[in-house]
Amino acid sequence: MTSDLPTMTPVTHSHSVVENGNGAPWRALLRWESALVVVLIGALVFGSSESPNFLNPTNFFYIGMNMGEVAIMALPLTLVIMTGEIDLSVASMLGLSGAVMGYLFSNGWSIWLAMAAALVVGVLGGAVNGLLVAKVGLPSIAVTIGTLALFRGIAEILLAPRTVTGFPSSLTTIGVVPIPGTQIAYSAAIFLGLAVVAGIVLHATPLGRALVAIGLQPEAAQFSGIRVNRIKIWLFVLSGVVCAFAGILLTLKNASVSYDAGTGLELNVVAIVLFGGVSIFGGRGTVIGVVLAVAIVGALQQALTQMNVQPEVQNIVIGVLLLISVVIPNGGEAIRRIRDRARRHA
Amino acid sequence: MSVITAPAAAPTERPVSRLESLLRARELGIALAILLVFGLTTLNNHAFARVASIQQLLIGAALIALLGVGETLVIVTRNVDLSVGSIVGLSAYIVGDLFKYHHNMPVVLGFVVAIAVGAAIGAINGFVTTVARVPSLVVTLAMLYIVRGVDGLIVNGKTIDPGSIPKAFTAVGYRTLFGIPWLAIIVAVVVATAGYAMRSFRSSRDLYGIGSNPDAAVLAGIPAGRRVFTAFLISGSLAGLAGALFLALHAQIDVSGGTGYELAVVAAVVVGGVAIFGGSGTVLGAALGAVLLNTINQALVASRISAFWNGAIAGGLLLVAIAFDRWLSLRVARSLQSAEGAHRDL
Repeated sequence: MTSDLPTMTPVTHSHSVVENGNGAPWRALLRWESALVVVLIGALVFGSSESPNFLNPTNFFYIGMNMGEVAIMALPLTLVIMTGEIDLSVASMLGLSGAVMGYLFSNGWSIWLAMAAALVVGVLGGAVNGLLVAKVGLPSIAVTIGTLALFRGIAEILLAPRTVTGFPSSLTTIGVVPIPGTQIAYSAAIFLGLAVVAGIVLHATPLGRALVAIGLQPEAAQFSGIRVNRIKIWLFVLSGVVCAFAGILLTLKNASVSYDAGTGLELNVVAIVLFGGVSIFGGRGTVIGVVLAVAIVGALQQALTQMNVQPEVQNIVIGVLLLISVVIPNGGEAIRRIRDRARRHA
Repeated sequence: MSVITAPAAAPTERPVSRLESLLRARELGIALAILLVFGLTTLNNHAFARVASIQQLLIGAALIALLGVGETLVIVTRNVDLSVGSIVGLSAYIVGDLFKYHHNMPVVLGFVVAIAVGAAIGAINGFVTTVARVPSLVVTLAMLYIVRGVDGLIVNGKTIDPGSIPKAFTAVGYRTLFGIPWLAIIVAVVVATAGYAMRSFRSSRDLYGIGSNPDAAVLAGIPAGRRVFTAFLISGSLAGLAGALFLALHAQIDVSGGTGYELAVVAAVVVGGVAIFGGSGTVLGAALGAVLLNTINQALVASRISAFWNGAIAGGLLLVAIAFDRWLSLRVARSLQSAEGAHRDL
């Protein structure tokens, strides 16, 4: 797998519009993240033109509440994709964690022990992914499609067809009320906290540089002394445990859990990370881009929901944004190529 | 692993025959696994071997097998098509809607429209992937959302019910010929045609070359862009056909038709021995992979094991299948190395 990935990487693929870095200061503005800021402002303007109450703080609470779990899962996935791997089992791990928590709680365990067990399952599930990818050397896309089915299947064995409810209301309320004195949802605050940590790790530590190096050239990274396999294993473990944590948050927010919670969310999480400017081939991307992508998708979904646009139709917006996010950075290159070709034929 | 099993990479006469026998053994292995599951289940529950039950096995696997044919063409070129599930839903609904308002429309026209819808979306996938040189995973993920969104716009909360679909059309879903369901015959014809083409035509062999080494394929004069575009076009068209068959089979359709098929298809294709990073695998293997997964599902039901075990077993099996592939390709590499000392770079 590691030997397959570099050849998959076309040299032209990049999200930053300017590659050569010929240092005119205004060029920094052409980064993908700047485009995301513009899109975010556009989304907020669009939202407030549709509803005068859109910029109301309460609305931001709802956006945070709706996006929380997906946003939290996007952070470890960002780091995984930075190394050129992918984790499609995130939503199934979220579901499995909720199922383990609900199963144990309904069998008389204390809620705290049940939540701890769910996190342990997250560590174990992540370790399965990590070992199969890094030690056995299997492609992560195939492994995590397998564990996507496996984790969801175990959740089904544990819980289906039941729905577990009756979680202590002191805990479930944190899912549906803002942090006292603010309009920030707890899950949104946790996301922002984790995003700061992820941003510092990725952009300001040797470990972060190692992730970038692995994504750009795994073999070169290996030869320069980076423990590629060990880092990948721990990234998948991190992804497992963070998704398990998101599963706990979702269970508390809904105050109930069934085995199919969060089914299909994996592609939403992947879409947000890629829209945030992280290259699917690894090595390129920023945490701030992913945070902006979360905010844009959250704001647009809220605006469209308030306009009574059905959830299925809202998909068009995510899809178009995702398509634009990869086509525009490559568009100039493609037009140049086509023009060259036309000239050669003329 | 992709490079190793690709016939084009085999240096001399002798390893080719050995490779071929191994590849053949792969399909044989899946066929044996199907028979094993079938035999064991029948011992347990004699009703499993009844004609009606076998017909259900074939019908249940037909759509995923059909989608697997197109997906194989795409994956062999080191790309992926995640939009197939959404195409199934959209084409099925459009045909259903046509029948609702033009009840006397010829049945054949229903199929033509469905294939045309799929072909149009496949063309977009192929065009963006090859012209803008954007990773197909991102393009088809975006199209998954956009197509489902367009579906949502057209469906607008409605459902097509069996009453509005002509009997002659739904007959395709339940009629049999000499006891074999039409659905299975249609899919078998597609698999046989595609299987023959993938073995015998130069343009189809090009697909394997592209997947084994995209850069080398271009240098060798293979029109890679055109070939990859065609692979996406065929994948889309077959997904459109699958949409028509979906409608014939279920005789009703709403906005959720085909949701989640994309990962089921990729799972079946990978179980069927198609390397996820391109360059090797057969259409027949992919179709058998779909049949195996469906046989296991129904065997669980027949053995009165709770259907809740389906997902976990399918996921575990997928992991076993890719681990087995890895082991096999390492073994082939080793035996090739000892036979051909000069070709260590394989």
